[in-house]
Amino acid sequence: MNDISFVVIPIFILLVVFYGYFHKINVYDSFLLGAKDGLKIVYNIFPAILAMVFAVNLFLDSNVLNFLLNPLSKILSLPAEILPLAVLRPISGTASMTIMTNIFELYGPDSFAGRLASVLQGCTDTTIYVIALYYSSIKVSKIRYTLFVGLLADLVGIIMAFILTNIFF
Amino acid sequence: MVSLLWTFLIIIGVVYAVFSGNLELVNNSILSSANKALDLILSLLPTIVLWTGIMRIAEDAGLLIKFANFLQPILKKLFPTVPKNNKALGYISSNIAANMLGLGSAATPFGLKAMDELQKINDNKDVASRPMITFLVLNTAGVTILPTTIIAIRLAYKSLNPTEIIAPAVIATTCSCICAVVIDYLIRRSKNE
Repeated sequence: MNDISFVVIPIFILLVVFYGYFHKINVYDSFLLGAKDGLKIVYNIFPAILAMVFAVNLFLDSNVLNFLLNPLSKILSLPAEILPLAVLRPISGTASMTIMTNIFELYGPDSFAGRLASVLQGCTDTTIYVIALYYSSIKVSKIRYTLFVGLLADLVGIIMAFILTNIFF
Repeated sequence: MVSLLWTFLIIIGVVYAVFSGNLELVNNSILSSANKALDLILSLLPTIVLWTGIMRIAEDAGLLIKFANFLQPILKKLFPTVPKNNKALGYISSNIAANMLGLGSAATPFGLKAMDELQKINDNKDVASRPMITFLVLNTAGVTILPTTIIAIRLAYKSLNPTEIIAPAVIATTCSCICAVVIDYLIRRSKNE
């Protein structure tokens, strides 16, 4: 399966460049124009990224999440690390990935906790992060029901991950 | 909403740290967070610049519109208010395709360009438009066929079968994607937009 992911990007780039050349586009000039646009995007999103990294790290390091979730983990008889992973996943892919590797280290990737963490990480997305990043890049502040539907979809994914990990393994 | 989340994270974090005597850790985290943000943006910068460059070639050669045409029947149903042949549809389809293949960092520049194009046809620049909401719902609940990073990390931790999680993950993500599209559609209908 890993082979496929190594093939996709080179083939995609080959296809684009060949297609552009074939249609008599000045491929190099087009690339530079686009790259310049990319630089502007990075410049525009940096304040938003800094704001989010600052707030999320502060929240994580206060340990408030462990305090809130440990009782619930005991009731559901889940490994203590799973719920923080589920709660943090929508906010930060890096943070939840860190928790996942902690679980692998503690229980092993082929344990129930390890498999559940893998499926959870794989079937959900950094919903809050993506919504914040995309909307702030175009300065939209009233996002209406976007977050509600996005998080509801993640909740469905989380519940399905619990059920399917039990069925499959 | 973003402003609310941001405020919430900071207030809860600091207040809890004060009462639990965890203030030193939080203090260190605040001091190092600006550097972490810089590290993150520096790691994103080359990928974004490279992929906007590549995609500009695809755009100039008309490949993006061709790809969008391929997805047109589905996109037309999901984005009824976006004019046909609008550039946004091309970026949306590229973003979704990249997400499906687990190319998260390649998907982000397409997504940001899509939002930019959608903002151009948005009447009220301050408020999220209908197509923006549908796009973000589709993006965040999107189907991932190849969770490449997770498989790589499982391999690094010596899993006997690193790819065994693909099937349950794909089924779970498909369920959540269908739910998201249906809920979004129902809300749209109930608001008569």
